[in-house]
Amino acid sequence: MTGQSAGRPALRDRARADAAAGPAFADAILGLIAWRQILDRREFAGARPILLLFLPFLLLLLLLLSLALGSASIPLDQILSVLLDGKADQIAWTNIVLKFRLPKTVTAILAGMALGVSGLLMQTYFRNPLAEPFVLGVSSGASLGVALVVLTAGGVGGALLAGLGLAGDLLLTVAAGLGAACTMILVMMVALRVQSSVTLLILGLMFGYLVAALVSLLLYFAIPERIQAYINWTFGSFSGVTTEQLPILALIVAAGLLLSAALVKPLNALLLGEEYALSLGMRPSLTRFGIVLATALLVSAVTAFCGPIAFLGIAVPHLCRGLLGSADHRLLLPGTMLTGACIALCASIIAEMPGNNLVLPLNVVTALLGAPVVMLVVLRKVRGIS
Amino acid sequence: MTGPALETRALAIGYQRRGRPDNILARELNLSLWRGQLIGLLGPNGIGKSTLLRTLAGMRKPISGQVLLGDAEIAAFSPGELARRLSLVLTAAAQPNLMNGYALVALGRHPHTDWIGRLRHQDRAAIVRALAAVGAQDLAERPVAELSDGQRQKLMIARALAQESAIMLLDEPTAYLDLPRRVETMQLLKRIAHSAGRAILVSTHELDLALRSCNRLWLMSEEGIAAGAPEDLALDGRLGATFQADGIHFNQLRGTFAPDPPPGPAVSLSGEGTPLIWMRRALERSGYTVGNGAAAVNISLRPNGKVATWQLKINGGSSSHRLIQDVLDALEGQKK
Repeated sequence: MTGQSAGRPALRDRARADAAAGPAFADAILGLIAWRQILDRREFAGARPILLLFLPFLLLLLLLLSLALGSASIPLDQILSVLLDGKADQIAWTNIVLKFRLPKTVTAILAGMALGVSGLLMQTYFRNPLAEPFVLGVSSGASLGVALVVLTAGGVGGALLAGLGLAGDLLLTVAAGLGAACTMILVMMVALRVQSSVTLLILGLMFGYLVAALVSLLLYFAIPERIQAYINWTFGSFSGVTTEQLPILALIVAAGLLLSAALVKPLNALLLGEEYALSLGMRPSLTRFGIVLATALLVSAVTAFCGPIAFLGIAVPHLCRGLLGSADHRLLLPGTMLTGACIALCASIIAEMPGNNLVLPLNVVTALLGAPVVMLVVLRKVRGIS
Repeated sequence: MTGPALETRALAIGYQRRGRPDNILARELNLSLWRGQLIGLLGPNGIGKSTLLRTLAGMRKPISGQVLLGDAEIAAFSPGELARRLSLVLTAAAQPNLMNGYALVALGRHPHTDWIGRLRHQDRAAIVRALAAVGAQDLAERPVAELSDGQRQKLMIARALAQESAIMLLDEPTAYLDLPRRVETMQLLKRIAHSAGRAILVSTHELDLALRSCNRLWLMSEEGIAAGAPEDLALDGRLGATFQADGIHFNQLRGTFAPDPPPGPAVSLSGEGTPLIWMRRALERSGYTVGNGAAAVNISLRPNGKVATWQLKINGGSSSHRLIQDVLDALEGQKK
């Protein structure tokens, strides 16, 4: 209680101080944010909720870097004047930032948040560390939609595909969105009927295989140029979303995140397993429906606009648990949002290969960058226990 | 509190099967569970103990009949209301990573807290009380993943206590624990039932423990459930009948089940004191029929200063031994 009143001035003095400050600093910060009343200190003994306060700064830094770096570097002060005054010294810089880099950056942040959180929901619900956002088959549905358009479209499709900027093609977004939405409805119907999470997991995986087989069939009979176009989509990209489309993506992701926030308590109860969660008053069908709906919203929006972004969904929750040292979803939900956004931005910056005209496929970068990081975190955790 | 905390009326439990007749495990169950009572649910494997517990917990629908909590039927309660009246402990303690003991027990407050699980003053007090009741204060700050099975199960019971429900149902909570921990757990449940006035139903295979600590037993067999004081059930033979199996009998004198003694060579045993009990067990285990009358083999216990010695007389020959094993070896040698 005293921490709140005494905490404010103390925080301002020390906010820029060393990150390794003692418990008094942690107290001051926890007191400042209203969490002091939400998080019981004894409940989080051994956890590091304090890190949640540094992640926003890291995110801000990466956001500025993402705007500044690219095939042409733009000075940071110019970035700030674009953001604050609406224009830079050179009109080209203003255009690059506002028309290309800002939508791409915001897309990366939204996608990172969405995939991180949906991965967390899936891992907790299925009680499986290997679960990821795609286990429900939503992205498979999206890929089938895209494959149908790209591989079988007639003259119209061919004309559309002739140009570059394939991922930005509205037709692809609509196809992927329709594929994802159809799958989502299918999965929701199944989720309402089956009782066990394992059944749902297996059905989702089988559906994924089924769709993959259909896509393979389409690929087998397609002409090579079309196949290349399809493969380009599977690489994933944050650059395809235009400023006009951005609000749609933002709105769906926001809805998914809000729904997830409403689920933190049943998610925590599920840490003990389904039966214990039931005995703690969890509403089983409502919870299952909520989790599946939130995941489906988040994943289908991101897949429709960015393609199937691999790796983030499975890695971010593990990374976040390792960083925060907690399994509590009241920490993990904001945690996965922030870490997801940071990692997506990192991947996006590296994929652009600053100072170079080369652009790497996004999925290559997310895995190359992220897998070693997760390996390190997991190995460190194991060593810490034994 | 006038009525029972939980009551069943003409309850039938089992599994509903599509296209086939229901698999009914027990029917016409009229049982009641009172506050302040520790009831042991005993029965052979596969007889339906877990199904009964899950039906009483509202996690499984009855085939027919009613489960009543107070005046209302269990299905009428919302999951939250039900969790405030009834808590559950299962055989396997959950093994959540990255969670300390306090946080695990705090999950028991879920039915009482707001949408984000914020702990108020009374919630913290309930958690501390529950930790103290099971003697797990020292586990509060420790990661659950690093604890032993017994310590984790203690925390799971504390979590159920923190739920502050009138009824606690436990499904073989001691199955994975070592013997001292089993005794400790049953004593703990007995204490909770009596001092905190909870109605506790615990299914177990620990016959001996259940006989010593439970107020009442529910014996589940093919015929249904027989309820009563443990001693009455032992005396009228129902306890023995429940676990009836070939080659095993219930020894009413000792209150334990034992293999039927094979008709082995007769041995007479004489003397006084605790060692005699153990010698009798050793002989029975080795296939001898122990009696007091005359026999070809005679074993007697002779106090010899501080250390007792066994006097073994066979066919006129006599030898003395210190250890039970030595006596058994001598008998074995004689056979050949």
